[in-house]
This record gives sequence, C-alpha cells and structure tokens, in this order.
Amino acid sequence: MYVYDEYDQRIVDERVAQFRDQTRRYLDGKLTEEQFLPLRLQNGLYVQRLAPMMRIAVPYGLLNATQLRKLAHITRHYDKGYAHVSTRQNIQLNWPRLEEVPDILAELASVQMHAIQTSGNCIRNTTTDQFAGVASDELEDPRPYCEIIRQWSTFHPEFAFLPRKFKIAVCGTEQDRAAIHSHDIGVELLPNETGEVGFKILAGGGLGRTPVIGSVIIPWIEKKHLLTYLEAILRVYNQHGRRDNKFKARIKILVKAMGVEAFRDAVEKEWAPLKDGPSTLTDEAIARAKSFFVSPDYEQLDGAAAEAALAEQAQRDPIFANWVKRNTVAHRVPGYRAVTISLKATGYAPGDVTDKQLDLLADLAERYSFNELRTTHQQNMVLADVRQSDLYALWQALQKAGLATPNIGYLTDVICCPGGDYCALANAKSIPVAEAIQSRFNDMDYVYDLGPIDLNISGCMNACGHHHIGHIGILGVDKKGQEFYQVSLGGNQAKNASLGKILGPSFKQEDMPEVMDKILGTYVELRTEEESFLDTYNRVGIDPFKERVYAKAD
Amino acid sequence: MPKLIKDGAVVADDHWRAPEAEAEQVAQGAIATLAQWEKLEDKRGSAVQLEPGDGVEPLLPHLDEIELVTVDFPSFTDGRGFSYARELRERGYRGELRAVGAFIRDQLHLLLRCGFNAFQLADESELEGALDSLRDFSEHYQAAIDQPLPLFRRRE
Repeated sequence: MYVYDEYDQRIVDERVAQFRDQTRRYLDGKLTEEQFLPLRLQNGLYVQRLAPMMRIAVPYGLLNATQLRKLAHITRHYDKGYAHVSTRQNIQLNWPRLEEVPDILAELASVQMHAIQTSGNCIRNTTTDQFAGVASDELEDPRPYCEIIRQWSTFHPEFAFLPRKFKIAVCGTEQDRAAIHSHDIGVELLPNETGEVGFKILAGGGLGRTPVIGSVIIPWIEKKHLLTYLEAILRVYNQHGRRDNKFKARIKILVKAMGVEAFRDAVEKEWAPLKDGPSTLTDEAIARAKSFFVSPDYEQLDGAAAEAALAEQAQRDPIFANWVKRNTVAHRVPGYRAVTISLKATGYAPGDVTDKQLDLLADLAERYSFNELRTTHQQNMVLADVRQSDLYALWQALQKAGLATPNIGYLTDVICCPGGDYCALANAKSIPVAEAIQSRFNDMDYVYDLGPIDLNISGCMNACGHHHIGHIGILGVDKKGQEFYQVSLGGNQAKNASLGKILGPSFKQEDMPEVMDKILGTYVELRTEEESFLDTYNRVGIDPFKERVYAKAD
Repeated sequence: MPKLIKDGAVVADDHWRAPEAEAEQVAQGAIATLAQWEKLEDKRGSAVQLEPGDGVEPLLPHLDEIELVTVDFPSFTDGRGFSYARELRERGYRGELRAVGAFIRDQLHLLLRCGFNAFQLADESELEGALDSLRDFSEHYQAAIDQPLPLFRRRE
C-alpha cells in the first residue's frame, strides 16, 4: 500500500496544526458557527443528532495492521468502543468530542491517516474495487491512479468550495465493482483499439434526490492526461454548477441542463490550455505510484494440492465449508483466496465494528494477509491474500469474534446508512429496518436459495445507503412527522447499471418484513431455474410484484 | 482607507474606491463593475471587479492593460472566484489580483495559491493573524500559480 514520505507527512502534520488553531479560534468565539462549518466538514466533522460524527478517510479502502490498532485505540479512548464502515469505504466515529478532534487527527497522522475532505463541498475520498490487485478479471490495478487522484485532490486550492460534494471512483474491470456509473466522475481503465490502456471518463452520475447514470465525456484518453482532464471537468463545474439550490447543485444537474454535448465542449475548451501542461503525468510519476501496489511476496503453492486439502477440511466441517463457499472468492494466485469479513451479523448495526474486533483484525491481517485489510463499499472488510491452508484457522478466529456470518452478497448482507438513530439529516431510522429484515429471514437455506440480492437501505434522500442501486432499495421518508418506507426494485450497481423503480406507496416500519416476504415470494414463484432476483425482475417487470404487495386482503 | 494585505504584508495604501454599481459610467478612481468596464473605450490602467457568474472571458483580450482585478466573494462558500483567479493568471494577467468580500482568513492560503496577491479582509482585526494563515502549508501536491510544478515533478 501507499507509504508516506516526508512530503506527505509534512502535509498531514500541517493540516493537524491548522485545524487545531481553527478549533481553538472557534471555541474562543473568533470563528462563527457559519465560518467554522466548512472548515470542520473538510476535516470530517459533522455535528449530528446526538454528538459530533467524525469521518476518517480510508483512501480507496486500504488499511494496515498499525492503522487498525490505532483505530481501535481511538474508538476506545475517544469514543464508545466501536466504529462504523461507511458506503464510501471510510470509517466513522459516532461519539467524538469536538475539543478532542485535533488530538484524534494527530493520532491518525502518526499512522499516516487523516480525515481530509471526507465531508464538505469538495473532492471526497476516491473509491475503487475492494478486490483491486487480486481480482482475476482485472485489466490493471486501479489503486495507483486512485493514489494519484488522492494527491492531486488533497487541498486542491481551486476546488475546495465547489457547489456541492464531489465523488470520484476508479475501476479496472469490465464488471464494475466500484459503481463508477453513479459517481460525479467515474474512471474506467480500458484499452483502445491498438491495445494501449487508458481511461474512459464519465461524469454526471449520482444518487441522492435525482439519481442519474453517468454520461461518457471521453471514451478513451491517454493515461498521462488524467489529471488535466479531471481539472478541466472540475473547472467547468466550479464555475457553472448551480449554487442557488443545494438540491440542484451536483454536477449531474449541470450535465443534464447543458446537455452532454455542450458539457463536453465546455470541458474540451477548458482542457485545451491545460493539456500537455505541467500537470501532465510523467512515466516516473505513474511508475512511482505503481511501485506501492506491487504484488506481495506470494508463496509458490501447489494449487491442486491446496484445493484438495481444503476440500478435505470442508468435508469434515460443513459449517466451515459453507463459510468458504459464501465468504471467500477466487484469487489470481494459486493456493490463495480473498476473504470477506461480514460486518452484517443480525443484532448489530450493519458496518459496525468494535475496538476488540479491530485489534483482532489487525492481528489476523498480520498473520494471514500480508499486513493489509480492506474496507468495502458494501460495509464489510476483506483480507485479500489468504493462503487456502490458513482458511480454517482464520475462520475459527473470526467465528469466535462474531465476524464469520456466512452471508456475503445475500439478502442479510444489508447495505445501510446510520439513519435516524445517529444522523441529523435522516427522515427515518434505517438500522431497525435492516435488523427486522435480518431477523425475519434467519433461515439461511431460504436466503441462499434466493441467491444474490443487494438490499440497500437509506434513511433519507441523500442516499448514503445507495438505495437506488440495490436490487431491492428501501428509502426512509417522512410523512407528516411519521416514518415511512418506500421500496424500489431493479436497481443495479454493476455493469449495465440501472436505477431502481419505485414499487408504490410507502409502508410503515412494522410492515417491512412482510412486504419483503411478498416481494421475495413473488420472485420465487416466477423465477426460472437459472434466474437471479434481478434477472426475473428484468424479465417480468414491476407489475407482478406490485400486484402481490398491494393486493387487498380477502 | 481600509488596510489590506498585499504581497505578504499589511499595507494601508489603496487609492481605489469600491465599485458604484448604480452608476452608468465608472467614476474617476473607482473600481468598475464588469458592465461599466466593458463600456470603457480605453482600458489602460483600469480596475474591474468580477462578481460570481461574470467569468473571466471578457477580460482576456485586455489582460496587459488592466491594473487591478478585484474578485468579490459575496459569500465565502461560493468558490467561483478561485477559478477566476487561476484562469486570469494562467492566461497571463500580471497586475494586482485582489480578493474582496466575505472570504475568511482560513481561505487565504488557497486564494494565494490560485494567484491572488492582495486581500481585503472584511474583518480588519484579523489582519495580523491572517499573515500566519497565508503560510498554513509549506508543501503541496498539485500545481498552482504559486508553484507551477506538481509535487510528482519535484519529488526526489
């Protein structure tokens, strides 16, 4: 993973000093609430329903054991002993004290971490595929480019006060696992007709109140132009994005209003003087970024023997076998697998992890996965490089800590924002809905039979739970002071991305498990043998689901 | 005369008066609004104020003639002026570029990097402390007006 040199360290250290001074001036009454607001937001600090909420950056989801231990320490010392993995692969604290935030930032800086631009109307943490570097279908590792974008966007002087927040995702596979179509800018590594790998750049995707699939701004561009092209897009947005209405301020609205052609022309016009300028990437800069993401020191293993040994262990222990089947995926190196650690045990808020679990995960990352762990935008964690022969011991350790729920990619692997329990913006609670659904569908055989289902829950229009792109999406809405839930079907975050369609009038919280039961029952009745939920939905459309859910009781 | 920060020091001297938006023509010694400035036949030695939404386009043919461009920040969260400054400098403007309005001390470092060399802070009591904010960071990743080479071209 990326390692700071003296420049990186100096930049984060100076940031801590700057924010310490700003916090002091705020507490002394020298900075108004209004002035302090964007300053604290750009350091990850929200003021929430019960306490400040602090969002710590995990650049493209990578953490090492030292950082995990530091996070465990921070949650213990400054918070209530747990943290939350967000849908942008970041880590959130729910109970920090404002006065202590500069100290937390200093602790983070000591392990090469920060909370820079995790909130506010600026360029946020760049995200990518959690299986970057180990996926067998990968064209090229996207992480070096994420790091290049991270550095370029950190304290970018021109783009710190944009009309609205701005999110960039990069992917290196055709099967997009980074949801690049629903980002302000999506970047995809792909070859041109001569086989040279460059970037396709999309803009104007987004979720929130007005979900939009991103438009292709340039179908292919040489790698060296990445930053100047991004700069041109941001420059058009910064000058022309709407600032009169917060709900119309995202770049997606600008692209729609201008039309893709006119937007592209404006970008090209801004790009012309920047192109080939000093921000053009050099081969050395790309090589340097790549040097941090070389393959770890894999052992030469006999893949067939490892498979056989694993099969034998699986034979003896069906619970282990099931976990391997559900929570691990193939690795490009023989004898290894990538393991997803489920943070979706029933009874715990989706994505929550305790200080003790963080400490354990640090040990496990060190022992079994080259000292690295990844957070995922599905709010789980991944140990990407585990020897098959270590799986059994790893599973036992995870099981003891409640981290081996075998549900990755299934209904109960719910993606869920903090919702009304924590978030000041939320219209409705989301965690209790997730929990009610997890409890209702506790028969894992039924859950497995349903096959892969993305269930996404957001407590409000801001769509932090990405409900538009869940196969089943649930949105909390406020109706005259009461919490209701609107259901949408058919969203898809991957390749051929699509946005869910609203089923109909919203439901009360207590009705949600029953509604889910009817939706899933309809699928089970109508599916052909090979069809996933999404396949069936795409074939039969929304009507059969609607009829069943809203049928009058006899 | 209000004090301002210019080229890294607090100075008192400023002979320019704020724009008089209602006037048809720009008065002697006042900074012109963009509309007034566009009517000037002779733009040599002129001073013009850009508001958010004005854009830099009309100024580009006259960059060598203008003496002062002020960029107004009616709200400190409206970041359009950051792009205006940078574009003016990139296209070759060498005169004084002054931030005016509601921007705050904590933005000075970013404004400086975008090419502003003068700052008219709304709160004069902040002036001395503001000099420190100009130096919030001693190193940067990306290219800007103060450092045309990105760190990746300077890294050893």
